[in-house]
This record gives sequence, structure tokens and C-alpha cells, in this order.
Amino acid sequence: MERWEGYSGFLLEMIRATGAEIGDEVVVERPDGSRFRGLLMFKGELSAENVLVLKLSNGYNIGVAVDPSCRIERVAAGRRPAFTHPPPPPQKSGLPRVKVIGTGGTIASRVDYRTGAVRPAISSEDLVSLVPELSELALIDAEVLFSLYSEDLTVREWEAIAERVKRVIEEGFDGVVLTHGTDTMHYTAAALSFTLQNPPVPIVLVGSQRSSDRPSSDAAFNLMGAVWVAARAPFGEVVVAMHAWHSDEAVAVHRGTRVVKMHTSSRDAFKSVNATPLALLSGGSLKMLDSYYHARGGDGFAYAPGFSDRAALVKFYPGMGPEVLEYLNERGFRGVVLEGTGLGHVARSWIPVIKRLTESGFFVGMTSQCRFGRVNMRVYNTGRDLLNAGVVELDDMLAEVALVKLMWALRRTSSLEELAKLMLTPVAREVGARVLPQGVGGV
Amino acid sequence: MSYEELGLKVGLEIHRQLDTRHKLFCKCGTSPPAQENPRLKIVRYLRETQSELGEVDQAARFESKRMRRIVYEYDPASACLVELDEEPPHPINAEAVRIALTVALMIRARPVDEIHVMRKIVIDGSNTSGFQRTCTIALGGEVVVDGQPIPIQTITLEEDAARIVRAEAEEVFYDLSRLGIPLIEVSTGPVLYTPAMAARAAEAIGRILRATRGVKRGLGTVRQDLNISIRGSGLMEVKGVQELELIPRVIEYETRRLKHLRDLVERLRERCVRPEAVEAQPIVDLTDAFRESGSRVIRRKISEGGVVLGVRLPGFAGLLRGEGDVRLGRELSEYAKAWGGVEGIFHSDELPGYGIGEDEVGETRRLLGAGDSDAFVLVAGREARAREALEAVRMRAAQACTHIPDETRAALPDGTTVYMRPRPGSARMYPETDIPPFRVSPELLAEIERNLPPPLEKVAEELVKRFRLSNQLAWELIDTEMVEEFERVVGLGVAPSVVASLLTEGLKQLKREGHKIENISPNHIYDYFRLVSLGVTAKESALQVLAEIARDPSLTAEQAVDRLGLRAPPIEEVNSFIEELVSSVPPGERKSATGRLMGELMRRYRGRVDGGLLNKLLMERLRAQ
Repeated sequence: MERWEGYSGFLLEMIRATGAEIGDEVVVERPDGSRFRGLLMFKGELSAENVLVLKLSNGYNIGVAVDPSCRIERVAAGRRPAFTHPPPPPQKSGLPRVKVIGTGGTIASRVDYRTGAVRPAISSEDLVSLVPELSELALIDAEVLFSLYSEDLTVREWEAIAERVKRVIEEGFDGVVLTHGTDTMHYTAAALSFTLQNPPVPIVLVGSQRSSDRPSSDAAFNLMGAVWVAARAPFGEVVVAMHAWHSDEAVAVHRGTRVVKMHTSSRDAFKSVNATPLALLSGGSLKMLDSYYHARGGDGFAYAPGFSDRAALVKFYPGMGPEVLEYLNERGFRGVVLEGTGLGHVARSWIPVIKRLTESGFFVGMTSQCRFGRVNMRVYNTGRDLLNAGVVELDDMLAEVALVKLMWALRRTSSLEELAKLMLTPVAREVGARVLPQGVGGV
Repeated sequence: MSYEELGLKVGLEIHRQLDTRHKLFCKCGTSPPAQENPRLKIVRYLRETQSELGEVDQAARFESKRMRRIVYEYDPASACLVELDEEPPHPINAEAVRIALTVALMIRARPVDEIHVMRKIVIDGSNTSGFQRTCTIALGGEVVVDGQPIPIQTITLEEDAARIVRAEAEEVFYDLSRLGIPLIEVSTGPVLYTPAMAARAAEAIGRILRATRGVKRGLGTVRQDLNISIRGSGLMEVKGVQELELIPRVIEYETRRLKHLRDLVERLRERCVRPEAVEAQPIVDLTDAFRESGSRVIRRKISEGGVVLGVRLPGFAGLLRGEGDVRLGRELSEYAKAWGGVEGIFHSDELPGYGIGEDEVGETRRLLGAGDSDAFVLVAGREARAREALEAVRMRAAQACTHIPDETRAALPDGTTVYMRPRPGSARMYPETDIPPFRVSPELLAEIERNLPPPLEKVAEELVKRFRLSNQLAWELIDTEMVEEFERVVGLGVAPSVVASLLTEGLKQLKREGHKIENISPNHIYDYFRLVSLGVTAKESALQVLAEIARDPSLTAEQAVDRLGLRAPPIEEVNSFIEELVSSVPPGERKSATGRLMGELMRRYRGRVDGGLLNKLLMERLRAQ
């Protein structure tokens, strides 16, 4: 069925007949004599089909039920709202150059006041006029690579982002900030960590949990933090910079291979797991929480692009059968990361299937759904039998990071033996760390 | 001059908290937590959103000029992630919508067919999100006052704001427990023409709200905003009038104030003072001239690194001192405080004074180039703030030449008002996309219509009929908003007139005597009368016991009775005392001594044993012989 600005069916026909556009002033008269006057508004998906949404002169929207016996009349043309950003503040000179690349999410966006829709801010001027403080921190150069919901990203976008960042680094920027939807930001962070190894400058992913159309948005604070880190941090690594807690007081800087989104909506959703955050930015100063890091300008920058989408992440649950592995194998997948129970287990009924698959060259790696801690499959019989069946235990690697690494590794070798070796060889501090009690050394 | 001649117009916005189980957009309760928990603290900043930037919204500009650190301190029992702005709001509370629709139907308003929640931008920190969620429930309707219909404009439902704890220049503190409690707002248009009429209309609306039995009671649950103008003035939105009695006083004050300001426009015109001339006045640094000032305040400000700035107001001499409590000087001072966050101003109409001598005034006039027909204003403090303050003073003085600007003002307990900020425009509203529209179905409305509560007139009739109260006592009881408590206590078997007079006259008397009667909860009262009905104490102890509870609300009624020693003795003890008394009188004289014996009994047992019971026991004993 045709939809226009949320309207459909007979109501859409009635609106069309009046010639009214969104924002025009209309009058609705009902057979019972009631009369409503207001601006015709866009309406959302959850409004009933027979309801017209009007903005009254006091600014309130109301829904008015209409049927074909009502009369709708357009009485005046609407005033088109014009957005004129205040001019950006004067740029402070002699500052580091930071590239800001937009990939989506609502961290840098403007609201269409008429419809409530959120659109990305497109230019450096837009960005700096939204967050004027940026002009004090760095010389900002902004661009939009694409504008996607983060759940719609695929390995192709990871590759495109990595490729763009590589060229930005070559162009000599002092740091890179990627604005990103938060839902899968940690996957992209891991992907960049494997592709852009030992970068000479910080590569900082940042997002917001409250969209920037709200006065309380965390976007500005996070963005200022990310730009600060990109411009001045002493390390060259891929990191995620987000609120450390509920307050607008500190930004936690997490390693790209050690971070996950742990909360659906809270500002402090991102946490380092099996590691302390790399650093904490607060009150205009950066405190390093881990003194071992790849220094800004340090050696060893390597660009290793390419991901295979033929790897999957499978979470085991009690009573789950092994058919899913057979299915994946039949569909051309070349490997799987399991989120097993506890120290790294799946039901014993899986063992013969796993043995057959690994013997045919299908990779099976084990992480834990416990989220915190290291897998160890030598403690119990099941674990030992799974190891004998060809499962590779993935140590303290996070399940999502292990998946991304497998996708990356599958483009580098097809030998199962080499895959296992590569998976356990640290590339970006993703595996083989000391694990401390949770919260020790962190924030 | 009469109100009619002045062209007074008043509109009301009556706000009242709803007594729902949950808040408007989450599952937190709306009553204070049973026990206090350690408080948490979070820090936030709010910034203007870009949707607003295109528009020159005075109120938004005002708030964004002073980006303050906002500190929320709160009890986790009374606020969840929704109030912290860390979780999207839940769908609107259907119980609250139902109460608002009940009000709508009681006043014959027209409910909307779909309720759309809006965000009203408020960035002073009182809402963690930076906006207040609000929605229109119904349009139109009327209340009848003295036989005259008063049209109602809208009924809206909104979330209550966080309670401000204290505000400092750079920091403001809020408590989150109140944030999100449903608040109904009933608004009239500017259709009230005298202070008395406004007060009566407010009372009538209040009675309808209370008749739903779905509203909260007590201090802080009602707030009345008044929109006041006189012919030729801007619109004054006076916020936060808590008590009904204050409404006429606030309107009288505002009328006086607006009339004075309107007269000033005339006088400035006569003096040919042009606003451009005021706007063009430079703000001059006078610090050096005040280093040896006779004013301790100014010397202190300078020693703290502050400055003294001044501005000339050409042609304003003598116009700042005003009449009584309305003065342009006070207006300018309020603008300086609100915009610049300074403590106050000095103006030439009150100088020499405050330690500032003749010579300092002369020197100031010389430095500002101010002649005898000019006034000037001084501000001492940190430079940036002092400058903002004087810019606001200069702006307001320029306006005074041509008009009275729209303002948002706060009502003070003494019936005067103080400037808060400019009035916001309607451009501060945009849709709350996180909350689905609420369908108001004809079936829902029919169901509410069938169950409409009786109006308070009916309640009064009922009280007179069922409990034999006088009509006056019945209304007094209704005005205490404790009809439910009354019925509960009477259910214990206590005489209705005793309960009613305690809840009305009794509590009033305690208040007059200076007791904090807000400390006495309905449960205290119920428990006390339960003790009376069980014979644990006598009803004569009521005022003493409640006064004790007002002093120490942590006491139970029984603990208060014991602390005061008002627990009834065992009946055997009373009987043996009666025996003793009666025996002391020769049998022949006993009948004539009845009055004296009763007096002795009362002296001993007043407040502990019911007088009626003592009388009965005494009579039994006298008859028995």
C-alpha cells in the first residue's frame, strides 16, 4: 500500500484532494460539529491509519480521527523551517590535524524539526558548529564515508573503512576519528585492529547512546574525547572512546580487541573485558591505565586487508544439537567460533560431528559465553575429548573478536594447522594476556 | 484605576500531581521510598540542540549562555535508568491517562483521538533529558464559577521535573525523586478579569481534580501558574504559586508592577529617551575609582579579583526608585542576577548609600559622563559575569522606553514575583519519537463516562446525610482533602463530629500554634483513633498527641501517647479512685457534690480516660449506694 509521510488509504486520498503538504495549515471538520485547526504533520509507523496528526498553535501535536464523512480543508501554506547554523567559532591555529570520518549512527546529526527525522551532519563546518569546542582541540577535517545503521554493516564496509583510514594515515593526519553506530562498533574496532596493525597514529571509534538531537546527548562529550585522543594520545592503536560511567566526566579508552557493548542503552555501555581500559580521559588529561602500548609514531605499521564472510559465531545452549555445524558446513562456511559453557564446553553429542568436520578442514574454535575469563578445556573430560576432536581453544579472546579474527585469518591461509596457529598468535593484543580480577586497574 | 480600566487579563494553569502507582514513563513508584538509601550522584551538562539553533529563542539563548554543571543526587529507590536518561521511556502510563480523561469528561472537554507525546526543550537541568515530556489529552470544556461558565483551553499530562536542591553560579543541584511523577495541567485562556475571579476559578478547577480521587495531596503536589497581562504590557507567566490564597495577592502585585512599568514607558517617552541611545551606552570599567570605596561589599569584590563596571542610563534620573515595592531598580537588579549570576546592583537613585559616598557618586558620574538627568547602574564582581549582568540591565532599560517584555517569573511566598527568564516560544516542542501514540478509543471513553466520580457537591451532600455533619463542616472537611481518612476513622466507631472537627479545626489550631502539621500523616491519625476506639487513650488527648507527632514524626501514635503519659490506667484503678472519692463525701451530700466529684475525676484522668466513660462510672457508683 502506498504511504506518504506516514499516511495511507482513504486518509491519504483525502489529504491529496486538498493539495496540502506537510507543514501546511489545515482545518478538519467532523459531522458532529467539532473543528480542529493546525499544521499537518508527518506521523510515525505506530499511529492508527484513520488518524490525522495536527500541530496546534501552542506547539502540541494531537491525533484527530477522520472518516470519509469529515471535511479537510487546506487554509494556508506552511512556513518552511530554515536551518541556519551559527557560524563556526574561529579555528585555533597550530593544532594537530584530525580526520573525522562518518560511517553512520546519530553521533553527528541534525534533526529535521518538521518531521523529527535525523540526518547526518555532512561537513566539517556542520560538525564544528554543532560542537564548537572541537576547534580548540584540533584542526578538524570531516567527511562522510557512508551513513548506515551499524547492524547493516558487513565485512565489505569494514574493508572500505580500513582502506580509507589507511589513505588518511598516509596523507599525514595526526589522528583519525570514526563516528559509528554503537551496536556493532566493537566488531568494526576488532576488524580495524587486525587490518591496520601498529598504526602510527590513534584510530578512535566513537558513538553515542543518546542521539545528538537531544540536549542531553552524549555525542558531543564523546566526540570531544575522541578528538582529544586522536590529536594528542601518546599511542598509535585502534581504540573505542565512550563514556566511562553515567556522568559527563570521563571518557574510557578501550582497546579495539578488548571491548564489547554490555548495555542496551546506558552511556557507559562499552566495557573492556579480560583487560583494563587502555586509558581514561578526564578533566582534560589522559591517564594511561596500561603502560604497554604501541607508541604514536612507532614502527611496524602493516596493512593487512580482507575478510571472509564464511565464518560464523554459534552460542551453545543446553539441549542444543550439533546440526547447526553440519548446516554451516553444507552452506560453504569454513569455520565457526563457539560460545561454549563455562571453561569451554558443548554437549558430548557434538564430539563425533566436530571430529568429522575438523577432519574435513572445517575450523572449530572455542570461546566462553561466561564473557569474563579464559577457556581451559583440560580440566574436564568433555573438554579433553573436544580438544582431541580438533577444537582449538581460544584462550582469553572475546567471542566477537575471535569471530572477526577468524574472518580475517580465513583470507590468509586455508590450512587448518596454520589457522590454529594464527588464531593464537597475538596480532593486536587480542589474545594471551594476563587476566586480573574484574575491576582491578580499570574504571 | 479599576482592573477593567487597566485591561487585566489572567489565565490559569493548574498543575497537580497524580496519585498513580507508577511514574508516567517508567515503573518507579510515585511515593517516597519506605526507607532512605545511600544517595548516588551523577554529573551532566546540557547543550542546545541544533533544531533550536536556527531560531532566535530568547529562553533557549538565556539558558545556553550559562552552561552549568548539573549535579543529580538521588535515592536509587526512587529513580531508575529512565530518570537518569539512560533508558528510553516506557509507553505512557495508562492509569495516568485514565485520570486525565476522567477530568476531561467531568468538565465536558473533547478528548483527542490519539495522544502524541511531545518534547518541550528545558535545559536548566530540571529534566535529565533536556526536555519535558508532555501531551495534550483534551481540548475545550468549562468549569462553572458562581453560575458563570469559565472556558477551559487544554488538559495536558506531563512528567514532573526534578526538584532543585540549590543553585550556585557554576553548579546546580537536583533531586531526581520527583522527576517523572505524572502531572495534570488544566489551563484556561486569558478569560479572568479580576484577582478574586481567578482565585475562585482556581478553586473550582482544584475541586474537580480532587473529585477524581486520583490526585496527590499535600505540600508541593499543587502548582499554579498564572499568565497575567494588562493592556499594553507583555505577557507575564508567573510560575509556582503553591497556595490558593496567594493567587489574588500575586495578581494584585503584578497589576501594580505592570501599571508602574507602563507609566514609565509614558514618562520616558515624555523625556524623549530613545532605546537606541540606551543600547549605545558603553560598559565602563570603574574599578580604580572604587579601590578605596566606603562600601565593604565592593572592596571585598575587588580584593577577590573582581571589577566594578558601570553603565549610564540617559534620561532615567529618578525613575529607578519607583513606588513602594514596584521599582524599575528592582527589575534591573533581577535581570542582572538572572543573566549574569551576580549578587545585585547599585543604582544612582539609591546613592549615596550602602557605604558609597557623595564623592564616589560624583566620580562615577564624571567617568560615565552622566549628567543630572541621567541614572547609572554599577555591578561589582568577576568581570565576565559583571559584564553579562550590565548587558542585561542595559537591554532591559532600553526595552523600558517602548514596552514591557514577555517574561517568565517566579512567585515568592510573600505574594511578590521575581524575574526568571524570557518566555519560550512554541518552537521548543518536537515529537517524542520514543513513545508510541496512545489511542483514545470510544469504548475507553464510554467506560470512563459510566464510572465518573461524583462531583464534590455530591460528596458534601453525602457527608451531611450519612454522618449528620453541618453543611459548613462537610465543606471544611472536603477542603482538608481528607474525606477518605475521615471515612476510615469513622469506620472504627468514633463519633463523626469528633473526627471531622479534629481534621478541620483541630489541625488548623495546631498550625496556628506553629506545629509542623505536614509531619502528621493520615496513618498517624488513623492509628491514634484506633487507640481511642480500643480505650488505650481518650479522645481529649488528640491535640497533645498530634502535636507531639508533629515535633517528632518518627513516633507512632502509641509511642506518642506513652511519651506523654496519656495511656489509660486499668479500669480497676479508676473504679477504686471513684470509690475513694465517693467514700470521702457523707452519703447525704453525695448527690449535690456530683459536679465537684466529676471535676476531680477529670483533673486526674483528662486525656487518658474518656469523659463520658468517667461520668458513666461515677453515676453507676452513686446510683449503686
